[in-house]
Amino acid sequence: MDRIPILKLGDALLVTIQVDMHDQLATALEEDLTNRIVQVGARGVLIDISALEIVDSFMGRMLDNIAAVSRILDAVTVVVGMRPAVAITLVELGLSLAGVKTALDVERGMALLGRNTRTTEDDGD
Amino acid sequence: MAAIGRQVTSTLLERHESEILGEWLQRLRSEGASQNGRIPESELKAQCKEFLQQLRTAIATGDNDVNGPAYAGVRDLLANISSSRATQGFSPRETALFIFSLKQPLFDMLQRHGKLDEKVVLEANWTIGLLMDSLGLFTMEAFQKTREELIVRQQQEIAELSTPVIKLWDGILALPLIGTLDSQRTQVVMESLLESIVSQGAAMAIIDITGVPTVDTLTAQHLLKTIAAARLMGADCIISGIRPQIAQTMVHLGVELTVVSKATLADAFAVALARQGRTVSKIKVQPAQAGMPRD
Repeated sequence: MDRIPILKLGDALLVTIQVDMHDQLATALEEDLTNRIVQVGARGVLIDISALEIVDSFMGRMLDNIAAVSRILDAVTVVVGMRPAVAITLVELGLSLAGVKTALDVERGMALLGRNTRTTEDDGD
Repeated sequence: MAAIGRQVTSTLLERHESEILGEWLQRLRSEGASQNGRIPESELKAQCKEFLQQLRTAIATGDNDVNGPAYAGVRDLLANISSSRATQGFSPRETALFIFSLKQPLFDMLQRHGKLDEKVVLEANWTIGLLMDSLGLFTMEAFQKTREELIVRQQQEIAELSTPVIKLWDGILALPLIGTLDSQRTQVVMESLLESIVSQGAAMAIIDITGVPTVDTLTAQHLLKTIAAARLMGADCIISGIRPQIAQTMVHLGVELTVVSKATLADAFAVALARQGRTVSKIKVQPAQAGMPRD
């Protein structure tokens, strides 16, 4: 089975979703990511979904779950590069991903992660 | 019986075409169908002539069913004429006159030239009457359809016109909303805002609702949806331009906007600049640099 690669970049993990997500792939990613966060002691997770064209409620919930799990493991999740159509779909589905931080592109996402991991006060919000 | 009526009408049209055409045009003119030259005389004449020809062939070949295949040519012509009338701004009455003023010349012609049996004349009268009525109805339908298309197109244009996304600064967008926000407009607004966020790489968007006349729970929900979608893409939104009455109404309704809101667009812009680490300051202009050297 295909797996989505998770790259380590400093004290952050970088996940780039380049293929259409099916449910199994999503659950596998959630599991792998959780393990890697613990393994490397990551402080931030950056998920790039700029290539993702189709989302459903499951995918939305998975993003929320990853954010929640990361928060417990003391890592900040940033989702970057969401397409307009995807954003509209998620809002229409009623998933506003309140626990997830967002940024326009990977660069700004990394900057956001850097800010968040440097100041420990921000981790609690 | 209907066949006889049709046959008589067909012959009538064939033999006295120019005569009918002349009288018809006369009638159209006296009723003001050319509308102070909005349609050139020659064009009106050409339209009438073509219509008579089409009608003749249709009657000769087909039955009385105006919606049948035999009348396809007539219908196309009428649809063209009435839609062009509709776009030229003719009233429904003026458009309908095109068909209904043909009735009288046909009846007259029947009276004058038909050395026919009374019964046959009656039958032909009946056939012509029926035919003209249904063609008239068809004309009105086509007219109405064109008008409706026009209205729909205008609505779309208004929707697009009233939702411009303005770049205030690098990475700061403004969206001045004007008019009531319904779900359809929210969709347009949302799409254009999100597209602009992507294309300009903007991290801040100011939604100005000075031009929104009323804010009820539904409008607020639409606004929140737009803001949520922008946030998902990584852009922050500020709402500005909430008028005093609207602020009161919103509080009374229990509507809560869980975003930064400012009274004016200027305030919101200042906040957006501050978040980018920018500030606006006044510079002292030296007299020598002002361009007008003083003596």
